Amino acid sequence: MSLLTERVSDRFSGAWRLLRQATGEAKWDEYVARCERDGVEPMSRRAFERHRADEKEHNPQARCC
Amino acid sequence: MSTSTANPTSSGPRSGPNLKSIVIWTAVAVVGAVCWAMLALSRGEDVSALWILFAALASYAIAYRFYSKFIADKVLKVDDTRATPAERLENGQDFDVTDRRVLFGHHFAAIAGAGPLVGPVLAAQMGYLPGTIWIIVGVIFAGAVQDMVVMFFSMRRDGKSLGQMVREEIGTVAGVAALIAVFAIMIIILAVLALVVVNALAESPWGVFSIGLTIPIALFMGFYLRYLRPGRVSEVTVIGVALLLLAIIGGGYVEEMGLADALTLSHETLVICLVVYGFVASILPVWMLLTPRDYLSTFMKVGVIVLLAVGLVLAAPALQNEAVTDFATNGEGPVFAGKLFPFVFITIACGALSGFHALIASGTTPKMVAKESQVRMIGYGGMLMESFVAISALIAASVIDQGIYFSMNASLGATGGTPETAAAFVNGLGFSITPADLEAAAASVEESIISRTGGAPTLAFGMSLIFTEAFGGGLAAFWYHFAIMFEALFILTAVDAGTRVGRFMLQDTIGNVWKRYADTSWRPAAWSASALVVLAWGYMLWIGVGDPLGGINQLFPLFGIANQLLAAIALTLATTLLIKHGKLKWAWVPGIPLVWDLIVTMTASWQKVFSDNPAIGYFAQASAAREARDAGELYGVAKTPADVDQIIYNSTQSGILQAAFALLVIVIVAGAAVTVVKAIRAGGLPTTEVPKVESKIVAPSDFFATKEEKEAVREWEASQKTPVS
Repeated sequence: MSLLTERVSDRFSGAWRLLRQATGEAKWDEYVARCERDGVEPMSRRAFERHRADEKEHNPQARCC
Repeated sequence: MSTSTANPTSSGPRSGPNLKSIVIWTAVAVVGAVCWAMLALSRGEDVSALWILFAALASYAIAYRFYSKFIADKVLKVDDTRATPAERLENGQDFDVTDRRVLFGHHFAAIAGAGPLVGPVLAAQMGYLPGTIWIIVGVIFAGAVQDMVVMFFSMRRDGKSLGQMVREEIGTVAGVAALIAVFAIMIIILAVLALVVVNALAESPWGVFSIGLTIPIALFMGFYLRYLRPGRVSEVTVIGVALLLLAIIGGGYVEEMGLADALTLSHETLVICLVVYGFVASILPVWMLLTPRDYLSTFMKVGVIVLLAVGLVLAAPALQNEAVTDFATNGEGPVFAGKLFPFVFITIACGALSGFHALIASGTTPKMVAKESQVRMIGYGGMLMESFVAISALIAASVIDQGIYFSMNASLGATGGTPETAAAFVNGLGFSITPADLEAAAASVEESIISRTGGAPTLAFGMSLIFTEAFGGGLAAFWYHFAIMFEALFILTAVDAGTRVGRFMLQDTIGNVWKRYADTSWRPAAWSASALVVLAWGYMLWIGVGDPLGGINQLFPLFGIANQLLAAIALTLATTLLIKHGKLKWAWVPGIPLVWDLIVTMTASWQKVFSDNPAIGYFAQASAAREARDAGELYGVAKTPADVDQIIYNSTQSGILQAAFALLVIVIVAGAAVTVVKAIRAGGLPTTEVPKVESKIVAPSDFFATKEEKEAVREWEASQKTPVS
């Protein structure tokens, strides 16, 4: 890969990572990575997202005017 | 930019400013000065809207680069070697170290809403200049300062809320007053926002069709994320936005679908729909409706703001209104009553200074900040962005033909509701327009445009002009409804979320005397608290739509003053805390905007309560109407004796609320004054600031990381990967 395409793909993957963080999708990636590091079997994506929805249920955030 | 990170090797000795930065900042200053000069000096000829746009951008850049840096370094003394609550208390939930750019987006999405869009549109009745000056100067010296300083103090206290900080740092009485004020102000804000939606959707089958469809779209997204493909947020947002656009286009065919009559709803019907919707939305699980709607709303928010900025540059429209109109000095404007001072400052509200932001800048956001220095970019920078939205809205309202602007924004009582009567009324104001012009404008967006008060339809009309000019294609009606959709989506999200937050506040407060009520998963408590909150704003909304004098004309000042009073509470807290920390010499930073805000809000409150001019004073209005009733006459634009009774009732109620808000703020300011005197005598007082813990993480402070910061982050990340043990 030339230096230029490498830089472009770096930028692209950086932007993609930020977008996933913004939507909260990165939480799952982080969780899986953490489980791998600790050698634990991760729960299913479905169960994980349910868990996150329950948190949101009890921490409402105001939207301003 | 600051390079102080936990890594000592990265903060070398600072050399003086280099030549490149001197040249750049001189150029920015010159651009700004030229734009301001053009705005100040051109009269009578066509003035391009771009002068406003670039005056704003240059001023923001300079304020951010210099003033916010001064506040961060000298006043707050942000310390990047100190661990933030996100680092110390990280739990992956509310305390969570978040990338600064992501957090900037989250914070901006939470603070920006319909307020900065609606306020400037109404303020445009006084001309473009007063609004422009206040939006820019106000944000630099008041709004952005408030957001940043409150965020910093909350961050130093593990993300405590505004109410908690007032109670602990000023006193119990002030704390209780703040709690009541926050709750009451939130109810007013929800009611006024809902009123904007009702006014935009009433008698508009296209709008009702498109907005109505957002509910099944959000439900679909919710089920998709829950059952079909859990967690795929970007994917479902793309699908949702596509469906949203189809819903807007589909709305153009309601006539052909035979739905036009069924979807032509009156104001009253819409109020009932909104109240029922608000109640259901706040008791449903959040994953079903609230969360997916928030994804849509955030996407639309960012997308439309970018689109509007691009559209403005491409279209480069000329301003149609005068720099300063006669309404600024005679106080007889049909959109809202009162003179430039204090009412322009009250009306613009959110785009320059918004007390509501203090609720978001304390609590949620500070629990996610990675490095202390980032409060500058997130708090100050986020508010500059909001101000930019307000400037865009002001421009959109100012490029509309003034005859159309006043036909849209004067109350139904004034315009009479037909093109002929509206044209006659507007001609009476001194603007020339014919009934045929009004009909042509209405036909272009396929909506009635007479007395579409509330700001949203005017903004949508202005945006449709700008987009049609910029992108071509004769799609004015599409753009109009696109803009209405964008605003209604914001507002409905704010109403959903606000009702829920209000419900939690109420449950928490009642929980102090009846423990079980505070349990948010206990249905009877959740349902009854939701019902109370919805009924509170629903009641205000009902009063607003039935007001013979025009609900927006009556309620918007109440909303504006309430919001600015909340800002007074936040700035009072900020000033008090600086003095308690022994930084009396910097107390002017939040102190000057505080004094200004108090002068504005107290003058406005005084006039609204005590003015003997019935157009301004609520009680004067009530007594004038009462006299008319006793004499067996009608009053003002009232058409029936029942209208007169309604005016008396509404005005008295608004007057009482107005006085109560002002009194609550006076209680808090008086409490703070006592604390301040004690603190000055003692040279500072202990506060609830959490003691310093050394930070271990490394992160850049500004939007763009410097070379040194990138290097420091890289070194730190590498050191994290090699296990210590």
